[in-house]
Amino acid sequence: MSTQNKRLKDVEVSFPIVYGTISFWLGKKASEYNSHKWTVYVRSANNEDLSVIVKRAVFQLHPSFQNPTRVVEQPPFELSESGWGEFEIAITLYFHSDVCDKRLDLFHQLKLYPEEEAGPQSTKKPVVVETYDEIVFPEPTEAFFLRVQNHPAANVPRLPPGITLPPPGPMEIVPYEKKRGDTKDHPLSQWFSNFSEADELLKLAAARQQVQVHIAKLRRQLTMIEGMPQQSKAFSVPGQQFRHI
Amino acid sequence: MDAKDILGLPKTPFSSSQEKKSRPPKEPQRKPDGVSREVYALTGGVGMPPLMPTIEASHLKRRPAAEKEKVAWQWLPFTSSARTDNLQLYHWVRVVNGIQPTGDYQFAKYNKRADVLKYTDEEYEKYLVDPAWSKEETDQLFELCERFDLRFIVIADRFPTARSVEDLKSRYYSASRALLIHRARSFEDVSGNPLVKDAYDAAHETERKRALSALLSQTKQQERKDAETLAEAKRIMESRAASKNVDVAVMPPNSDNAMVPVDGVSPSSSTHPSLAHPNTSANILIPNSLRTLRVYLRTHALDQMVQAVGASAGLRVIKRVDQTLQELAVNLKPKVPTKAVCIEHIELRNELLTLLNLQKQLQNKEAEVSANRESSFTEAPSTPKRSNRDIDRPFIPDTSGFTGERAGKRDHKRKSTGRFIDAPPSPPQSKRPRKLKGSD
Repeated sequence: MSTQNKRLKDVEVSFPIVYGTISFWLGKKASEYNSHKWTVYVRSANNEDLSVIVKRAVFQLHPSFQNPTRVVEQPPFELSESGWGEFEIAITLYFHSDVCDKRLDLFHQLKLYPEEEAGPQSTKKPVVVETYDEIVFPEPTEAFFLRVQNHPAANVPRLPPGITLPPPGPMEIVPYEKKRGDTKDHPLSQWFSNFSEADELLKLAAARQQVQVHIAKLRRQLTMIEGMPQQSKAFSVPGQQFRHI
Repeated sequence: MDAKDILGLPKTPFSSSQEKKSRPPKEPQRKPDGVSREVYALTGGVGMPPLMPTIEASHLKRRPAAEKEKVAWQWLPFTSSARTDNLQLYHWVRVVNGIQPTGDYQFAKYNKRADVLKYTDEEYEKYLVDPAWSKEETDQLFELCERFDLRFIVIADRFPTARSVEDLKSRYYSASRALLIHRARSFEDVSGNPLVKDAYDAAHETERKRALSALLSQTKQQERKDAETLAEAKRIMESRAASKNVDVAVMPPNSDNAMVPVDGVSPSSSTHPSLAHPNTSANILIPNSLRTLRVYLRTHALDQMVQAVGASAGLRVIKRVDQTLQELAVNLKPKVPTKAVCIEHIELRNELLTLLNLQKQLQNKEAEVSANRESSFTEAPSTPKRSNRDIDRPFIPDTSGFTGERAGKRDHKRKSTGRFIDAPPSPPQSKRPRKLKGSD
């Protein structure tokens, strides 16, 4: 058993998460001190069960709330409330003992009123503010790696050469038949945002291509100028060919 | 008369003081007229004290009566208790008042004798047998020690066999030590004796004498050479310590430089850098501050990397990079910060730094060429003009259809207002509102 406490070098396991709030206007029931009903949550980016790593989520609300510190120890890690003010919500994630001893802090600004003037406030369409991030565990223990390497919420890299793990024993086979913890069938899942890595990569690749073209042009001009003082040398410099990516 | 002049007293007030003496009841209370208060206080008020003590003249005539001493030197005989033959000798003696000196010869007290132990034949057979020494040799050694009071240089000179001073000392002291230990009732009785407490070390004494002899026989040239060698060794030690300090000082910049990738990424690897060496690039990019963390967020790591990339550049250059990113319709902070996106983002920032650096170099080259052209009066070719035009124009990214759509969306966001007018009345929007009841 002590062998599985060894840490895996050059290996990192990451869990993409999304945290944020969804707020509904209460319509005719809205009063001066109770105008919106909102839910704050932390979910897996692909709506899988986060309790594989998260043991407890603590939501710190504004001090004016009754019992401003709320603890959620069962998935889904969310909290629903009602009120009228916008404030910053602190979310602290506590992990299981085999995952990590340190906790992780997230901060989210509650938003109740829509930014754009898209018509009158509607009780049917909520205000959704979500943030994508990834929880990274560098050098995980063997036990932790074996436990989560087949979990759909985890991003597990291919092991580098030289590291071989024993095949998981019958005790380590964790059944994923329970679907209570995931947020696929969540009542608010229709409002969850889609975060596309491909779009971001496409924009970055296009920008890099433009910058590289400009760099090549500047280098060619620099080469030509350096050959300028000597006329014969300038003429003998071969022409720079564009290198298309 | 002189005293009055010194004190500055007038003669008339003094006579008036004499008149006042006839009236005793008022004298202590009244100050004489004409005399200032300070002067009257100095005089004491009554009479004039003498200025000098008097000496009887008869004392000056007296002469001290010194007693007369008679000193003579005489040639007198003497004997010494240090000798055993009662030899009588003569010496000059200082005689005072005819008193003859008495007592023993004054230098006899310096005749010290060593307390050399004696052993019986039984004690020798029981405690002092040594294969290296015969009984005859040991007997002679002890006799000579007693006779010459442990002066081993003399004893060695008179010893019949060829034994070194160290050998003689070692034998004498070890034998004496053994006798003392065995004659005592218990070891504690003699443990304080110097012969028992401090054992003689013949080897150490031999080595000490050899080193001393070598040192004393050294020539001046050898001394000078040794001094030069020691000075050179000291310089080497100092330079070595200095180089160690320099290594320690250089270490942090090296580690910082290692995290910054090389300038000018090749175009072939720009398409899929994550596929080429994902682990290698990730390890290179991860700052040292994150390596010790057990868990961290990808956005936090990205912030650290962005700071590391911009560490060598100035604030103005960093702002230029951010501005160019906006013009390229790229998020200053990625919305989907996966590992691949972070790597691409960092590479883009590095390439922008390279671009700005090249622009600066080009401007410097252009200035040099213009200066050379003015001095040499040569006609300018057409190419520099075009390069001038390119330099003057800032880098404007091309707007594709996708980016155009993005720009339009951003314009729309900028025009939007806060809230719809027909919304029901509610308190103004603020980040930190005061809330009385949260759950009502």
